[in-house]
Amino acid sequence: MHIDLRTITITPLRQTFGHLARRMGADKPASRYFEATMDLQPVENFHYRPTWDPAYEIFDKTRTCITMQDWYALKDPRQYYYGPWTLARGRMQETAEADFDLVEEMGLAQAYAAEGRALVNEVFVPLRHAAWASNINNSFIGSYSYGIAMSQAATFASMDQLGVAQYLTRLGLAFDGTESLAAAKDAWLQHPRWQELRRYVEDVMVLKDWFEVFIAQNVALEGLLYPLFFERLNERLNATHGPVLSLLTRFQREWFTESSKWVDAVIKSAAADNPGNKAQLSTWLREWRDRAVTALDPVVARAFGNDGPAQLGEAVAQFNARFTKAGLAP
Amino acid sequence: MTTAPPKKLSLKERYTLMTRDLAWDTTYQPMSKVYPQVGYEGIKIHDWNRWEDPFRLTMDAYWKYQAEKERKLYAILDAFNQNNGHLTVTDARYINVLKLYLGSTPPLELMAARGFTNMGRQMVGAGPRVACLMQAVDEYRHFQTQIHSVSNYNKYYNGLDEFAHQQSRMWYLSDGKSFFDDAITAGPFEFMVAIGFAFEYVLTNILFVPFISGAAYNGDLAAMTVGFSAQSDEARHMTLGLECIKFLLEQDPDNLPIVQRWIDKWTWRGTRKLGAVGMMMDYMLPKRIMSFKEAWEIYFEQNGSALFNDLARYGIKVPACFSQTVVEKEHVSHQSWIGFYMKSRAMSFHTWVPGPEELDWLSEKYPNTFDRFYRPTLEHWDKMEKQGKRFVNNTQPMNCQCCLNTIKYNEPDDPMSTCFRESVYKGEKFHFCSDHCKAIFDHEPEKYVQAYISSHQALQGNCAPEGVDVTANDFDPARYMNDFWRLDPRATGDFNGSDDQKNFAAWRAQATTN
Amino acid sequence: MSSNTFIAFQKNEDTRCIVEAIVDDNPGAVVVDQPAMVKVDVPGRMVIKRTTVEEKLGREFDLQELQVHLITISGHLDETDDEFCLSWEQ
Repeated sequence: MHIDLRTITITPLRQTFGHLARRMGADKPASRYFEATMDLQPVENFHYRPTWDPAYEIFDKTRTCITMQDWYALKDPRQYYYGPWTLARGRMQETAEADFDLVEEMGLAQAYAAEGRALVNEVFVPLRHAAWASNINNSFIGSYSYGIAMSQAATFASMDQLGVAQYLTRLGLAFDGTESLAAAKDAWLQHPRWQELRRYVEDVMVLKDWFEVFIAQNVALEGLLYPLFFERLNERLNATHGPVLSLLTRFQREWFTESSKWVDAVIKSAAADNPGNKAQLSTWLREWRDRAVTALDPVVARAFGNDGPAQLGEAVAQFNARFTKAGLAP
Repeated sequence: MTTAPPKKLSLKERYTLMTRDLAWDTTYQPMSKVYPQVGYEGIKIHDWNRWEDPFRLTMDAYWKYQAEKERKLYAILDAFNQNNGHLTVTDARYINVLKLYLGSTPPLELMAARGFTNMGRQMVGAGPRVACLMQAVDEYRHFQTQIHSVSNYNKYYNGLDEFAHQQSRMWYLSDGKSFFDDAITAGPFEFMVAIGFAFEYVLTNILFVPFISGAAYNGDLAAMTVGFSAQSDEARHMTLGLECIKFLLEQDPDNLPIVQRWIDKWTWRGTRKLGAVGMMMDYMLPKRIMSFKEAWEIYFEQNGSALFNDLARYGIKVPACFSQTVVEKEHVSHQSWIGFYMKSRAMSFHTWVPGPEELDWLSEKYPNTFDRFYRPTLEHWDKMEKQGKRFVNNTQPMNCQCCLNTIKYNEPDDPMSTCFRESVYKGEKFHFCSDHCKAIFDHEPEKYVQAYISSHQALQGNCAPEGVDVTANDFDPARYMNDFWRLDPRATGDFNGSDDQKNFAAWRAQATTN
Repeated sequence: MSSNTFIAFQKNEDTRCIVEAIVDDNPGAVVVDQPAMVKVDVPGRMVIKRTTVEEKLGREFDLQELQVHLITISGHLDETDDEFCLSWEQ
């Protein structure tokens, strides 16, 4: 017997789960982002304390000095749970794949002018190690932050940064093969131009407060690094040598624009929660911004020459405007 | 100037450049401060570069294939929901499987996600770091797709709506919670052996392969799609667990006794955790493909033996509990079901006595035990129910201090007596369901005394609302438990006579009449 | 006797071809059909060859595409551009 189930209308007993109805204040259908995120991290009755850090519970609000009335106010405006995140990245990788194929087929990287090639090798390729550091630091946030809204977004960001590191690796391979990578790694470890930046990311690796890591890595460092190199330097190289580099760094630019929405929303919610947060976040912001300027200065000098100080000054001004808008006092 | 295009790299060379070549040893901060957790368990690692990457997925390939899986999965889920797919399942008893699954599985996937994120932070080698992080996001995937696949059922059936609240309070969910709480509070290498190896490699096949195939057989396209799609990531996770064991054993001979103890411990903890899965397979799936016993033989005994034979070259021995699990596979699903049947007032899923043909199937699948030990009880309860006297046991259960299961399993050599063990620590007595649980406790008592046991909490008055005098002579702890659990009475009791049963029948009837 | 390696896939058009390729390349392969899935056991060592799969599918195939269909495996894995190999020590 064939049963046609599409033809029947039945009244649901309820529209959503109890915890979501309580959060929304009504029994109404919840988005898949809500279903996948809200109020799901255990908050009580943990069986054991971590043997690696018995001062804290498994999930513990006091792992940062920032406080929130509701940790799920740190929502992701992109509404990324795993599905939409991976679909968005799937689309971006498809474009990137086509771009890398095109550059390879046409031999565009090999035909790139020597002066531009040197900048790619000396400025962009070593940044693969900075992205690797960001991968580590975001995995720290993903491990110790409170609530799934924050932990999942940070874990996705960590994977995004691994992706960035791998695309920068492919950039080096496309231009000069494994020699480019070896030279970049050597520079990252030894060359004076990179030591302040390396010190910066290593110092972030030993911070204990995950929200401070968020400020130091995702706000201060990436908030200056991406506009300076993936936007400003990229434009300059395009103007001189054509859009090849732009094709091969499209992922990073798109990622930064999109990820900034998340970073800004987190800052905005945390700063709006209470004045203590606003003051603490602003203190961290100023401290890590100034350190990031010191760290990036030698790389900026190589990238822009005499124009370096002006470019850096403009980037800092834009940065300050961005975070003033998000509710901080830079 | 034009240079020659770079030569094409092999998968291995390329993967090395894309992962471990990105890493460096820090010098501005000491490595011991950057990676503070890898030392304290006593594991010795001399060369992280000896780690072999089994799967060599770069992020671009990861996103490509995972996006393809997600597109397919959500398309099927949407279609299933739009077409009232919940009415295509074999019978409404099946939905009770989903209630237990929703309460017990996604919350643990989340713990795995958080745990593997921490492994991805703490592992020193780039190879394991990347594999752990990939597993972390996969676990978010499983956690979320599982909830999404059951979400539509929640609109029509009782007992699913409070899983988030119940995950940390419900007595029968505390075994799973303690399993993952135990792993995540252990050091990183123990976590890897516990979850990566014992759980993923040795045990998850039992949960996902025969059980999800069973969901398919019972018409649940949603659970099948999510289950198999999750399992496609699992193959990667299993190789990570296996590689981790080999790596630890190859690094230093001193690691062997530590790893062996972890394998013994976690194989047993996992075995206990899977008792409920046996019950789902043997009792809760209206149509069955194989018994729990058969699944145990294929996926634990045969596959496990292949694995342990292979690891023998490092000095690893078959886990101490292996022979006991072989005996218990004939009992565990029946004892679990009987245990749950009795407590039906305190659970958010229904239980029932299987029908005559189902009892015959169990007799055939368990010729050594079912007719002798379990069928008479079930038939007796069936008679009682038909006389309007459905059997219920309202006493507080006694829980094992280690695995948190109610103490209900038999002595290894005597199916007719319940196994009790105890230890005294700092003047206090603690109870266990088995020798293996007692041994785990005795090795680390300071950890296991912390366990949160809900029956104890209830008796101590910790589950009563504010303002209740829990020291009064007439204090009745049971009175407040339903509120503490947010337990919907419609979700409790026998399946026969339940709202689920009536609604499902009425909705199906609508489809076949005008 | 050496232990079995195994691999299981969700049943679909691609995996029908992949299973055919495994059977061709691995004497002793035993195919086990189950609802919605198919499992293949091979004693000792199983190899999936890219070229054989491509022949069966009639198109190019990247062995990493196996990820999309996999349900479970047993054995040590070694993956190159041309072969996906599962084995137990003999």
